[in-house]
Amino acid sequence: MTDQALGITIDGAAVPCQAGDTVIDAAHRAGVYIPHLCFHPEFGPHGSCRLCMVKAGGRYVAACTTPATPGMSVESDTAEIKELRLRITQMLFVDGNHFCPACEQSGQCQLQATAYGLGMQDLHFSPSYPKKAVDASHDEMLLDRDRCIQCNLCVRASDRVDGKHVFSLGGRGIETRLMPNSASGLLRDTEFSAEDRAAHVCPVGALLFKHDNYARPIGRRLYDRTSIDRIGNRRADDAAPGGSAP
Amino acid sequence: MSTTNLETAVGNQPLKRVVIDPVTRVEGHGKVTLLLDEDNRVQQARLHIVEFRGFEKFIQGRPYWEVPIVVQRLCGICPVSHQLAAGKAIDQIVGAQLSPAATKLRRLLHWGQVLQSHALHFFHLASPDLLFGFDSEVQKRNIFGVIAEHPTVALEGVQIRRYGQEIIKAISGKKIHGVVVMPGGMNKAMKPEEVKTLAAGIGEIVGFCVKAVALAKRLYQEHRNRHEAFGRIESPFLGLIGPDGELELYDGGIRVKEADGSRFVDQYPCNDYMHLVREQVKNWSYMKFPYLIDKGPEYGWYRVGPLARLNNCDRITTPLAEAERVGFLAAHQGLPQGALAYHWARMIEALHCAEAIREMLGDPDLMSDDLVRIGERHFEGIGVIEAPRGTLFHHYEVNDEGLVTRANLIVSTTSNNQAMNESIRRVAIDRLNGANLTPELLNEIEVAIRAYDPCLSCATHAVGRMPLVVELEAADGTRVGAISRDEAGTIAIG
Repeated sequence: MTDQALGITIDGAAVPCQAGDTVIDAAHRAGVYIPHLCFHPEFGPHGSCRLCMVKAGGRYVAACTTPATPGMSVESDTAEIKELRLRITQMLFVDGNHFCPACEQSGQCQLQATAYGLGMQDLHFSPSYPKKAVDASHDEMLLDRDRCIQCNLCVRASDRVDGKHVFSLGGRGIETRLMPNSASGLLRDTEFSAEDRAAHVCPVGALLFKHDNYARPIGRRLYDRTSIDRIGNRRADDAAPGGSAP
Repeated sequence: MSTTNLETAVGNQPLKRVVIDPVTRVEGHGKVTLLLDEDNRVQQARLHIVEFRGFEKFIQGRPYWEVPIVVQRLCGICPVSHQLAAGKAIDQIVGAQLSPAATKLRRLLHWGQVLQSHALHFFHLASPDLLFGFDSEVQKRNIFGVIAEHPTVALEGVQIRRYGQEIIKAISGKKIHGVVVMPGGMNKAMKPEEVKTLAAGIGEIVGFCVKAVALAKRLYQEHRNRHEAFGRIESPFLGLIGPDGELELYDGGIRVKEADGSRFVDQYPCNDYMHLVREQVKNWSYMKFPYLIDKGPEYGWYRVGPLARLNNCDRITTPLAEAERVGFLAAHQGLPQGALAYHWARMIEALHCAEAIREMLGDPDLMSDDLVRIGERHFEGIGVIEAPRGTLFHHYEVNDEGLVTRANLIVSTTSNNQAMNESIRRVAIDRLNGANLTPELLNEIEVAIRAYDPCLSCATHAVGRMPLVVELEAADGTRVGAISRDEAGTIAIG
């Protein structure tokens, strides 16, 4: 139950809260969109993508890890913060190898939609063209690390919903990679299944099914007709097994 | 003088080097180099495609289902053809026998592609030369000049192209680089309202295409001797053919006719193309030189595209285009061979596409949901299609994880590589030999290239008055003189 007494304001608008809410929990429930990638309402905070950066009490904080305290005044939709989010998004692009024009998640991808939403026109930073191996060993699923933004959502979904612990993030710094937890390091040697919740939460195109590819036509994709800031917190995986209702 | 002898200059006499860079009113970046002796006689002429595509390499390691969508980015004019050729190859990998609905949607999509591309090629890029003359003022030798002086011609050309693009958009979601081909089929049917709208407009487009054929024929016939001889070479012709010898753009067997009209092969299976055609590499071009294996590289080069298709087929299945085909052949003794005959043939094909679209739009299968059929997995797929500029080969191998391990593409431009080189050499011999070089004369080299192809290397975008510098150098590299054209079209000599 929300409690107005616990409420906060986001860009001057009152947002009710529940005890234990983070800023993004409260915003999400109230339909206020704060850009995010690693946050998912089912899987708790992670704080890695930094896209939900807001300003509270004169400090930049991640909305997904910052508790909503009564009377808190949060700035989100300001030019200054949008500029920061744009740079963060551009860094995510140059950290991978993203080729949106041919990606089957184009139009469904949160990273792409966020970039459009922030008005991203170029990479700004020099591309790093990292070498990241594709793991196509699994019969049903393909892991394309070129597109992985290391949001940890598949890790959390596999741990907390599927109970399989299929994934983890291995390596350090710029060498960090999404790794299947198997002796061979290959997806085929895990218990991963296309029915798993973890197979449906990727916000980009890093985890792809090996069937029905490109089945969703242009015009029927989530972000084809409406920008992500208007769609808000509805996600491409909402209709997936175990997904939250739109 | 033989044109082939001009591939490489012989002897060590001092030669002047003339470069046309870039070739204009074509998409992509091409360059022509000429070597002239002291009397301005051409000793060497080469067309270079100066971009490296590399798609065959960087598609390796990607999942097979991405291929049609990735490789269509080869081109901004005929991406549909690449998407479909790759799609046909991937169908084989998933063991698909397409449903009637998917096949009809693909055929319709491709007719839209060929229609819009042919309109762009003829009206936007080539017609300024044909309407105003090769040596006309450079300021008006572009589509804007056509709009100013021949507004009806220009408008109808634009309308034909627009209609073809509307077909593409209705089926694939976008006019350029849509996404519709899936392994084993298509991802959506057409909506009844889309079919209704397109059907309402096709009658007018057929009419425009009838006029376009008449225009292409008139322009060719008005300067018959010159146009027939311009860039004329003789070669075999290669293309797909339907089961009854009919003109076929989407699927069929391969027919090759000799220059004298006799058949070299007929109904040759596309999946055996590697036993029919091989590619030669030359150290001066990024583009390979395909040839018929049994004839060898020297005599085995061939031509593809509208002229090849019309010379190859026994008939066209649509009545208006068939009547024009009969007239086209009757106007020539033997097979038409001149480079500019391509334009006439091109407009006959545009008319065929419009007629075929009109017929197909009455088929209820276009709205069927029976769109995808998957069979037993294979590890190799070959898709061959007739792209607007000619026969297009896509060949892929995949591993048991579904990743591409090998790719080979022979695009239409590549098949016409030797032919374009031969035609510019013909023009160089006939028109440039011993003459003082002028921009107008150099345009004739470009006219020959445009007859074959408006998009040399796919997906760079340069249309119209590109800056151009032609430099004359002595054999020792000393600059003798130059002609330049800036972005405003101003010519400077000196």
